Amino acid sequence: MRGLHIPSPLTTLPWKMLLVVCGLTGFGLLVLYSAAGGAMTWAMPQGIRFVVFLGMAIGMSYFRPTFYKEWTFLAYAGVLVLLMLVEAMGAMGGGAQRWLDLGPIRLQPSELMKPAVVLAVARFYDMLPAREINKWMAVWPALVLIGLPAALVMLQPDLGTAIAVTTGGVTVMFLAGLPLRYFIGAGAATAVAVPLAYNFVLHDYQRNRIMIFLDPEADPLGTGYHITQSKIAIGSGGLTGNGFLQGTQSHFAFLPEPHTDFIFATMAEEWGLLGGLIVIFGFALLLKWGTSVALASRGRFERLTAAGLTMTIFFYVAINLMMVMGLAPVVGIPLPLISYGGSAMMTIMICLGIMMSIDRQNRLDPRRRQPD
Amino acid sequence: MKRPKLPLVTETSQAAMFSRRAVVIGAAQAGLAAVLVGRQGYIAIAQNQRYADMAEENRIQMRLIPPRRGWIVDRHGHPMAVNRSDYRVDLIPDRLEDPERVIAELTRLLELTPEDIDRIRRGLEAAAGFQPVPVVEHLSFEKFAAVSLRLPELPGVSPLRAFSRYYPEGAAVGHLIGYVGTPNREEYEAEDKNPLLIAPGFKIGKEGLEQVMEQRLRGRPGAARVEVTARGRLVRELRTLPDVSGPPLRTTIDAGLQSFAARRLGEESGACVVMDCHSGNLLAMASMPAYDPNSFSDGIGHNEWEMFRADERKPLLNKVLNALYPPGSTMKPSVALALLEAGVDPEERVNCPGGYQLGNRFFRCLGRHGGMTLHTAIARSCNTYFYAMGRRIGFDRIAPVARSLGLGEKFDLPVVSQSYGTIPDSEWKRRRHGQNPELFLRADWTDSDTLNASIGQGYVILNPLQLATMSACIASGKRVRPRLVEGEGTPPQDLPYDPEYFATVRAGMDEVVNGHGTAGRSRLPFPDIRMAGKTGTAQVRRIAAGQRGQGGERRFRDHGLFVFFAPADRPIYAGAVVIEHGMGGSRAAAPVAKDVMTYLFDKDKAMTALHALEAQWGGNIAQRMERRAQAWAARSATQAEDSEAAG
Repeated sequence: MRGLHIPSPLTTLPWKMLLVVCGLTGFGLLVLYSAAGGAMTWAMPQGIRFVVFLGMAIGMSYFRPTFYKEWTFLAYAGVLVLLMLVEAMGAMGGGAQRWLDLGPIRLQPSELMKPAVVLAVARFYDMLPAREINKWMAVWPALVLIGLPAALVMLQPDLGTAIAVTTGGVTVMFLAGLPLRYFIGAGAATAVAVPLAYNFVLHDYQRNRIMIFLDPEADPLGTGYHITQSKIAIGSGGLTGNGFLQGTQSHFAFLPEPHTDFIFATMAEEWGLLGGLIVIFGFALLLKWGTSVALASRGRFERLTAAGLTMTIFFYVAINLMMVMGLAPVVGIPLPLISYGGSAMMTIMICLGIMMSIDRQNRLDPRRRQPD
Repeated sequence: MKRPKLPLVTETSQAAMFSRRAVVIGAAQAGLAAVLVGRQGYIAIAQNQRYADMAEENRIQMRLIPPRRGWIVDRHGHPMAVNRSDYRVDLIPDRLEDPERVIAELTRLLELTPEDIDRIRRGLEAAAGFQPVPVVEHLSFEKFAAVSLRLPELPGVSPLRAFSRYYPEGAAVGHLIGYVGTPNREEYEAEDKNPLLIAPGFKIGKEGLEQVMEQRLRGRPGAARVEVTARGRLVRELRTLPDVSGPPLRTTIDAGLQSFAARRLGEESGACVVMDCHSGNLLAMASMPAYDPNSFSDGIGHNEWEMFRADERKPLLNKVLNALYPPGSTMKPSVALALLEAGVDPEERVNCPGGYQLGNRFFRCLGRHGGMTLHTAIARSCNTYFYAMGRRIGFDRIAPVARSLGLGEKFDLPVVSQSYGTIPDSEWKRRRHGQNPELFLRADWTDSDTLNASIGQGYVILNPLQLATMSACIASGKRVRPRLVEGEGTPPQDLPYDPEYFATVRAGMDEVVNGHGTAGRSRLPFPDIRMAGKTGTAQVRRIAAGQRGQGGERRFRDHGLFVFFAPADRPIYAGAVVIEHGMGGSRAAAPVAKDVMTYLFDKDKAMTALHALEAQWGGNIAQRMERRAQAWAARSATQAEDSEAAG
């Protein structure tokens, strides 16, 4: 087993980053405790899940980046097959389904696809000779790698995850050095395509969510209810919040999904703007660490992977926060580490595990050039 | 050296580009983070007050405490409509998430019948938003507790301890008092969406006194500031303003007499009115058959409604006020008063050969009475006398007297509606038929019109309350008008007629019952108290002479009427009884009046007579109604099976 690394001293772990992750999760557990009305209903399983997945991430960090590089395409293909499986089961079961039931665990392959796409696209540009970067050959395989899973997820239908998968992959393409005009052109094309997609591709409920996002107060008791109630929770929190366990929006069930997608609103009602600053600052530290890992990497795969995974985490945070503050439509993306639920937690920990592996390699031998 | 069109990309330049672009992305991320902080700051600081208000609006609700409805009591303070503490369950349409599941669950918990479910479904369709739809009332505590326990899984269900209306006399006061019910959409909007009207369990008057006296009976609602969850669960009460119950409404009715009169009408379709002939206070106004207001106040089932509609005895019609009958001979006392007022000598004789010849038409009398004075003409109900005398003075001189006795008048009473009929005269006929193109309906008043009207037929049509009022006027000589609420109105003035005239007419009416008259069988069972009266038989349709609607199909039979007062020598009470299709006043109506008057002077004697009759009829009102409902249900079930078999 060439990829196995002899365990380094614990000092090679990025302690500051881990402290931030623990801090964010710990704060999240407090909010979950309050959201359950002062009970461990959600906080306990979430805490256990965190410990398990953190252990997994640290374990992952002891594998070398080369290991991930070698298994990338196989893992990508595997997740793609799982996605198709979910799609097929949904078609047979007569209802849209996003997960596979594996006994005690419900595996959501679309979650695994978020890091898998980043790894696969990074691996592709890693293999591509530098001089080929301006050619058509440098574009279409990456587009297939991104488009296939994105289309499958879109079929589920899960707009949020499809955009997340696409964003991760496209970020890697951008960082790989594709000519800028491609992105400008794609941006212009999107501007044209969005109205078309809105009319012909999106489901009614998705279209409705976008309409409501544009004018939530038009339908305060219908679908706009989510956004309005979320803004009421955040807005009534003020600077320092109503106090721990004192939120009425969440406790009296005015706020929908107070422990999952809208947990930031639950938090903001009780902790106010200060709580929001703590959370945003925490994530900023985490993302800064990710970016610095990417910049410190020597290998092209490591660089692109670290930056792409950072983007994946950022996407979660940004979309979720924009959603709860009424800056984005309600797409059902949780706030990583804080929202109750295993799938997002697992994805984030996979990202962190791989990034810690890259970080470890950077620290151990900063001047060593990668063989590829 | 010529530079390539595109710069040569090396791994080093790619790494540099990566760093540049990574910084761009990092900066974009930092920028978005700043936007998010700014956004939260804007919502939480700049708009804090607005959202704090909205949060409070969410959780603080003003809950109305419905006031207790004022009692309705009789002249002695005996309750006729009271409130009973009651457990009930309502549905709030706006909070219902899955109506079908909730209805199924409630059906299981509360053992709802298909009839109930049908009514609830229709209620949900018609309800406006927060307007509650009653599920069940009069719930046992066990079932109430069962629903309350499962409340978290039943959003939109509101179990409540409230008050429900109870009418101790049941159907006997149905038409008089009316009933209460959940306000419908129109009623809610008519009161400018008064939130009280959609408070669960709150009911408003739907008929009779309950409807007319609504505002007076309602009382003032209290309010509680409460903290609630999104599903409406109460968290705590913050402050309470107590409600003020509606004041009791004291009516002029004698509950015992009212109940007796209703029961005495038995299986007949009819009305019985009794009033104080000096004040006009109504002591009883019964119309039977009637609905049971207790059952109607719980919400009227479709089946129940159909049963009432199908009944040819018209239980939904208040026959005291809203049914009009030709008064027939009961009109004669007022015609007699008009004759005296016009100067007719009461001793003058008119020979009755069995009818009266007018031109080529012969107007029949019921018998060959021979020489008749005014006194004997009233006692024996001789048409010929009234044909002849009526024709002599003309109906235009009779009509004003009749009207002064309350006939054809719309009374100032707290009732939902009155049909007040017609006392015709030549002016009325000109108005009515002046523009009529059909030549046989002549616009001018003819002698034959006078003849018909003088015996209470033809164009004359009146309601039983007017007949009772006429009787009271003649009995007291005062301009008496009916009153239903204690302490309203001024005492009646004397009528501008010679008291001698009244005495003459009263003597004739005394003779009807206690001498050689038409109602000899209905004397009161007392040696010293006499009832005076006048029978009447009203044709339902013109039937060839000699075949006077005394048999055959029920709906073509004559109505029986009787007006009366007692005691005959110094009247206290007056009234009227109408029995639809009773075939004759002396046969059907007078015996009811006799028993009702007996009740006023000797309750025990009257009750003994009533119990014997009820045993014949098969039980009291409630028992007979119950049996009818069962028969109806059995018949509809059979019909449903038949139609299924046919289909």
